[in-house]
Amino acid sequence: MDEERCAGCCAGRPGDGVNRRTLLLGAGIAALAGSAAHADDGDDPNAVAPPKADDLLIQATGGDAGKPIGVDAFTTPNTLIQAWAKDPKTGVVRNLSRLNRILLVKIDPAGMDDATRARSVNGVVAYSDFCVHAGCWIETYHAQENVIICHCHSSLYDPRHGAEVTGGPAKGPLAALSLKLVDGHFVAAAPFVGHLGIIT
Amino acid sequence: MRKRTLFSVAVLAGLAICSRAGAYDATAPSYATVSQDRLDKPEPQNWLMPRGTYNGWGYSPLDQINAKNVKRLIPVWSLSTGVTDAHQAAPIVNNGIMFVSTPQNRIIAVDARTGDTIWRYERHLPPDMQQLHPTNRGVALYGDKVYMATMDACVVALTATTGKVAWQHCVAKWRDGYYMTLAPLAADGKILVGVSGGELGIRGFIDALDAETGKEDWKFYTVAGPGEPGGDTWKGDSWKTGGVPIWMQGNYDPATRTVYFGTGNGGPWMPDTRPGDNLFATSAIALDVETGKLKGYHQYHWNDAWDWDEVSAPLLIDVNRNGRAVHELVHAGRDGYLWQLQRDPSGKIGFISGQPFVHQDVFKSIDPKTGRPTYDEAKVPGTNKKALFCPSLWGGKDWPMEAYSPKTKLLYVPANDNLCAEIAGEKLGPREPGSLYVGVPIDDIFSSLRPRPGVDTSKPMKIGQLQAWDLSTGKKVWSHDFLDSAMWAPILATAGDLVFSGGTNDRMFRAFDASNGKLEWETRLNSGVEGTPSTFMVNGVQYIAVLSGYGVDAERQNNGLKKMLAPRLDHQVVPNDGTIHVFALMGPKTETASR
Repeated sequence: MDEERCAGCCAGRPGDGVNRRTLLLGAGIAALAGSAAHADDGDDPNAVAPPKADDLLIQATGGDAGKPIGVDAFTTPNTLIQAWAKDPKTGVVRNLSRLNRILLVKIDPAGMDDATRARSVNGVVAYSDFCVHAGCWIETYHAQENVIICHCHSSLYDPRHGAEVTGGPAKGPLAALSLKLVDGHFVAAAPFVGHLGIIT
Repeated sequence: MRKRTLFSVAVLAGLAICSRAGAYDATAPSYATVSQDRLDKPEPQNWLMPRGTYNGWGYSPLDQINAKNVKRLIPVWSLSTGVTDAHQAAPIVNNGIMFVSTPQNRIIAVDARTGDTIWRYERHLPPDMQQLHPTNRGVALYGDKVYMATMDACVVALTATTGKVAWQHCVAKWRDGYYMTLAPLAADGKILVGVSGGELGIRGFIDALDAETGKEDWKFYTVAGPGEPGGDTWKGDSWKTGGVPIWMQGNYDPATRTVYFGTGNGGPWMPDTRPGDNLFATSAIALDVETGKLKGYHQYHWNDAWDWDEVSAPLLIDVNRNGRAVHELVHAGRDGYLWQLQRDPSGKIGFISGQPFVHQDVFKSIDPKTGRPTYDEAKVPGTNKKALFCPSLWGGKDWPMEAYSPKTKLLYVPANDNLCAEIAGEKLGPREPGSLYVGVPIDDIFSSLRPRPGVDTSKPMKIGQLQAWDLSTGKKVWSHDFLDSAMWAPILATAGDLVFSGGTNDRMFRAFDASNGKLEWETRLNSGVEGTPSTFMVNGVQYIAVLSGYGVDAERQNNGLKKMLAPRLDHQVVPNDGTIHVFALMGPKTETASR
């Protein structure tokens, strides 16, 4: 933002209105700049784009990295699987933005709220793995307490209720991803719903 | 994951600047150019760098606020930063204009008398970036610019009067795991910064940038590479991911043109993954400010296994020993030892003494000539080897800086005692740039806290301490204990025979008598106080300034305490919201000055 534009928005007290407008304009700048940066970098836009409907979910970490995730992947009650989405047409893995990583956990459908149940399949729910507090990847699920934990700064989310915040510094729920099963493997049924990224 | 170019980082960088240029009060203080002479000898009324002076003392010669009248200290103004998390910076003040940096890499320029905002700078960080430590430890001033090191591993220089970006330079790629939290050090036309990312498999370094242009003048790798001095202390390719971050600003000796930094631990955490001493990890290092050449070093402990970053730079103190002034470097270590080292004019660093200032059960002995410790192997964790050790991962003193008063001749240490940790390493997979590369499950790290064996946790437990040490005798003179709370804030010492600090989980900001540790004044703020206190004078009124805003490792450790001491702290809530607080003595002079 140049100083002239800013000088206008600073008229009167140098307070909140100024900052709200600054933030809105700044957010626009950042979004545009982000798109431009991808093109300039030569990144495959498909690999930067967020998960889309019909994307196959594949393991992001560990010895099974790159393999599709089946219903038998939840070997313990506390299993939390980190996944990337793979474009079924091009085979491109959408892993060039950290925002795109997905977590899957298995919970008792009886405890889910209606919206969460509608997005789940076989008791498995999927959310963004990108903690909205500071962008750390989330690695822990404690089934007994029904809590997803970001140990980076101890944000807690409830997977039964749209990953709403139940503790710690996060200021909003994780974005949710609807699931379906295709040939026994988890597939995105729709894009993320909710806020992706840090909420300051 | 593919790496982005620095170009994308620069384009994404924050452009939203809001300035009051043209609307600013004509009676406001004018900006005084910050020359090298002023940095060498700052005026008592100003606070031009995080610790006030290059020697790192955190000491002010102002004495209007003193032990006799501090009970009349009242809030003059406060200002919400609009950001949460750990606000660890010092309010920097030049001729009545205050500069405060916050988490998310924002800077607020404020009229220090009134709290009126002059301008704000908001950096737009990459939206998919991880912030393992969402904090910023302050700005540097030089010439007519303000400098900040950013979370996306860049340095941004702003025009001090407007907040407009003069230049920016990215020193590394954040997608590779590099980021910065420290305050830059401005010295001799250079802006010195260092990188964080020790938990992400980086190779640490310090960069010196030209203050006018941002061009890199030199780079010093804190992980010695093959063929370099110290390179034989790393085996195989371990140096490539050896960590050794620089978390904190350096201190500086203008007489010898030597900068001193403290260095972080080696990475990954488990020592068997990087056998050897791992120079220059967990050390004090001395560099030539002009060339970046290593002049000297002292490694506090070798082949670290405990995440004991020795992050804060040693203080430059002349200590009277039998009537002779010895040029020393003094550091209260995360390893729980108080180190006194000899500062040679050549830059070489010698060993004088090391002694525990909290319970430490890892070192079996210290070599009396070199200071090199020997370890109790049972206390050394490793891959698939669990060990319980004291102090905890967060150490006897973490990043918060000590202070030194030349008046009392005491060193003030924000210490944490009676805490230990238990961890074991796991086999590491391949490094993924930008992802954790620690070798200890993160779930285990944040549930690692243990009480010191034998301590009764059913009763209020002594943990945080403000300690005062006589460096001439090596004796602790006094200590103030905090129950059921750690101590997580730097210290400010003043000629008013006071020491100020926050750091406890009860949100208090306190003033103690510097001579005997008596609590003289306290006030409860909106959030936990991790900020570095500063003091300054405008129009004949002395002010005390500090930031509140709780988060990062103070909060992480406190979460561990809550589990360890349950249910005693179950009710406790420490909000995270950031605020600048400014205090002065109640009276007509203060009322007139702040109008």
